[in-house]
Amino acid sequence: MTSPAHDAGPRLASEPTPNALFRIHNVTKVYRMGDVEVHALRGVDLDLFEGEFIVVLGPSGSGKSTLLNILGGLDVPTSGQVIYRDHDLTSASDRALTRFRREHVGFVFQFYNLIPSLTALENVALVTEIADNPMVPEEALRLVGLSDRLNHFPAQLSGGEQQRVAIARAVAKRPEVLLCDEPTGALDYATGKLVLDVLEQINRELRTITAIITHNAAIAGMADRVIRMSSGGIAEIQRNEKRLSPAELTW
Amino acid sequence: MTPLNRKLTRDLFHLRGQVIALTLVVACGIGTYVTMRASYQSLLEAQQEYYAHYRFADIFTHVKWAPESLVPAISAIQGVAAVETRIVMDVTLDVPGLDEPAAGLLVSIPPRRDPVLNRLFLRAGRWPETANEIVISENFANANQMEPGAQLSAIMNGKWARLNVVGKALSPEFVYEIRPGEIFPDNRRFGILWMKRDAVAAAFNMEGAFNDATFSLARQSNEADVVRRIDTLLDRYGSLGAYGRSNHTSARIVTDHIEEIRTSGLVLPAIFLGTVAFLLHVLMSRLVSTQRGQVAVLKAFGYRDWEIGLHYVQLALVAVIAGTLLGMGVGLWLASSLTALFSEYFRFPSLSLRPDPRVMLTATGISGAAACMGAIAAVRRAVSLAPAEAMRPEAPAHFQPGLLERTGLRPLLSPATRMIVRNLERRPIRAMLSALAIGFAVAILVVGWSRVDAVDELAALQFNHIQREDIMVGFHEPRPASVAFDLAHLPGVLRVEPFRQVPVRLRFGHRSRLTAVTGLSRDAELRRPLDAARKSVELPREGLLLNSQLAELLGIDVGKLATVEVLEGARPVREIVVARLVDEPVGLGAYLDLTSLQHLLRESPTVSGAYLRVDPASSASLYSLLKRMPAVSSVAVRETVLASFWKILGDSITSTTFVLIGFAVVIALGIVYNSARISLSERGNELASLRILGFTKVEIGRILLGEQALLTLAAIPLGFLIGYAISWYVAKTHSPDILRVPFVISGRTYAFAAAAVAAAALLSGSVVARRLQQMDLTAVLKSRE
Repeated sequence: MTSPAHDAGPRLASEPTPNALFRIHNVTKVYRMGDVEVHALRGVDLDLFEGEFIVVLGPSGSGKSTLLNILGGLDVPTSGQVIYRDHDLTSASDRALTRFRREHVGFVFQFYNLIPSLTALENVALVTEIADNPMVPEEALRLVGLSDRLNHFPAQLSGGEQQRVAIARAVAKRPEVLLCDEPTGALDYATGKLVLDVLEQINRELRTITAIITHNAAIAGMADRVIRMSSGGIAEIQRNEKRLSPAELTW
Repeated sequence: MTPLNRKLTRDLFHLRGQVIALTLVVACGIGTYVTMRASYQSLLEAQQEYYAHYRFADIFTHVKWAPESLVPAISAIQGVAAVETRIVMDVTLDVPGLDEPAAGLLVSIPPRRDPVLNRLFLRAGRWPETANEIVISENFANANQMEPGAQLSAIMNGKWARLNVVGKALSPEFVYEIRPGEIFPDNRRFGILWMKRDAVAAAFNMEGAFNDATFSLARQSNEADVVRRIDTLLDRYGSLGAYGRSNHTSARIVTDHIEEIRTSGLVLPAIFLGTVAFLLHVLMSRLVSTQRGQVAVLKAFGYRDWEIGLHYVQLALVAVIAGTLLGMGVGLWLASSLTALFSEYFRFPSLSLRPDPRVMLTATGISGAAACMGAIAAVRRAVSLAPAEAMRPEAPAHFQPGLLERTGLRPLLSPATRMIVRNLERRPIRAMLSALAIGFAVAILVVGWSRVDAVDELAALQFNHIQREDIMVGFHEPRPASVAFDLAHLPGVLRVEPFRQVPVRLRFGHRSRLTAVTGLSRDAELRRPLDAARKSVELPREGLLLNSQLAELLGIDVGKLATVEVLEGARPVREIVVARLVDEPVGLGAYLDLTSLQHLLRESPTVSGAYLRVDPASSASLYSLLKRMPAVSSVAVRETVLASFWKILGDSITSTTFVLIGFAVVIALGIVYNSARISLSERGNELASLRILGFTKVEIGRILLGEQALLTLAAIPLGFLIGYAISWYVAKTHSPDILRVPFVISGRTYAFAAAAVAAAALLSGSVVARRLQQMDLTAVLKSRE
């Protein structure tokens, strides 16, 4: 199985690429915490290509969450440029960012963040309702293997099932980007693998750029590219010649 | 400062919006309580002190004529401590600057000494020394801008006399100064005149005689027994019957009014404080549950349950103490304005606010206890979990499709609407309590505004349906029926309806009541008794029409025989069947057909006065003619009575009502704001997740406020019901004999209450919606609660 992203070949991160979906150039992010300035990102350059599976590794405070927030339109950089296709997100308004998230981004959270008062199907429908070209919710849940749990409420689902509902909810709008923050962080080993399987399958079938941030270095094996971050910068970008299936991962 | 106290101050700052809202709610509860109780106690004490210091009599009676030589016999009546005889006469006055004639009640005072009973408080000037000097009542003096040195004319015993005003005074007998038989004061056209006894006696040929006596009771004597003994002694002197303070118009109205303030001072603050207590309970428990994680951490560090409990109780107490202080301040200020208002028509030598520390202590206790109970109940729930369990994220709550969806509406509801509905249905009790809290705000508004309705209704009933004449003319003595023709020939008189009024004692079984029977023509249009449905009741040829209140007091019903003892002329006693009951808000009336009353009196047809319809264009010349007719003792102009009605009832009821309404609006604001704020903190993560998923602020605002809107919608009919029940209860527990305020709640009141609460909800909703702007989206990604 070879994806077009692979055909694009290895490139230097800083080199602008015509067919990159995301282009991040010299992005810095400075938070003000009282009197202290926290430099969360210091001049990051990164391009993301269609269908890519990215794993972002790094210790706490390395800036990986800030990077994810900026990619997902939850935050804007202090300086530098963030371009998604023809949208400049660098200094987009709150309204524009909301539209960007609504149309292009799927999020998967560590703690699922399902709406407890809605069933699995309704949690997905919540998002398909506001999307332009969504799947039918049943289809999204079939993708994550939950066709038989459509009318269950979150409280009636296991952690892994809840996370799969969250994934179905994230992908049902057919986003170009799927951003996952520690998606297996709250799950046991076996369930974690099951969830990774689903993410891998979504990436393969829907060709969605998938970015996972995690502490778990073992997950790196299933990525096209592994981005290691430290102290607000990209320390290393490693390209895997062969993606491992989640079944081949151990931790 | 301990870390926990530092947390307290920061939490207080962080929750300042909610703390301020709570403080205001508490302040309103305490404010109502303090306003009502403090004005009640000030009035009550002023009344009691005045009556005691100025020796207000216990029993009153009026006779036709009795010799002064009777005094030793009267004084010897068992149970009588002191007696004061005097001469009291109706006089017609010509007041400078007034077109129409005014009426005066001329009361004799002993020469060169204060009366033993009903002593006067001389406000200005001096006591009368010569025959034509008078002291006049302060209200009458003020209304006509008369000071000592002024002059007025009076028809005394058919002759004009010029009188010099030498003083202004107050009397415990006339705290509420009205013409006999009336309910609303008209201080311009009615006043009390005090004159030396010898001068009055000379003018009315009453030397060595009296026609009025007041008595004080000896300790431990029975009023009813003494009344009976006085009546027995004075019956043959044309007694109108002795009566106690409870039948004394001024005393009765003052007492009724104080009693009304007492009732509203108990019922309304109880509702307000109950609402506040309930609200504190709900808010504290919800606040503590949003801090579940923090409670767990504190426990994990080894803080004891009571230390944590105390921490949250302190949080509540800050709002309660601030609210109590604010409420006391506002309450005392309002009470002093109300007291000032009362003193305009209740004349006490001194009426000032006397704050009672017990009132303050009670108020503090009530609100403090409510807050502590709310906080403690919530903290107990929070500390009952093992720390490890409490630190774990709360398991997703259990939900199920609610009732509404099971009815088949489900496909019609969007997921966002389902969220709202299920959130409410999942915790039905909490939803009900929240709706109930808002409902109370609606109810308080309904109760407050319904008092305005009641006054409107009373005015409409009395002045549009019952009292339809333009002026009422009264005579000193009954006049031949032919006087009606004389009146009809006066300029501008369009219609004349004579009436005959006689003082009577009505008896049924062992109960009796002093009142008057009015004889009306069967074709009368200007005065017609009304039934309960406000339809004019046709006078039966035979039989008595009784005011239903009077019937209740006598325990009599339609078809029964009432004993009518006429207290004038030949004093006939007859049994008359009660033909029908009539409904009137004012007085204790009894009516007979004019002819059958004249027949009962066994006299040639006479009348006591007449109701007139007049042409407004010629009223000025009519008034000056009436003023010069010696037979005329009083002229009551409907317009001026109506104006004084509005001045008194309008002022007192609307001012207290606006205070209540102001408080209720603040409570409504506080309830809705706090409820929405807590929802926001409980569901902040859920809403932030939705924002991340691409929902706009407007969309999540709709989800958050949709829940509040549904609660408010549910609360409105609930509030109508509660408000109706409370108004009904207040109306039933307080029903004075003399003035019965009808129980009505207009559509306007309901609309106003609903609109005010909806506006309060919108306002607090928009304040809360502004907080959605500041929501931290990225925190949600890491947070687990």
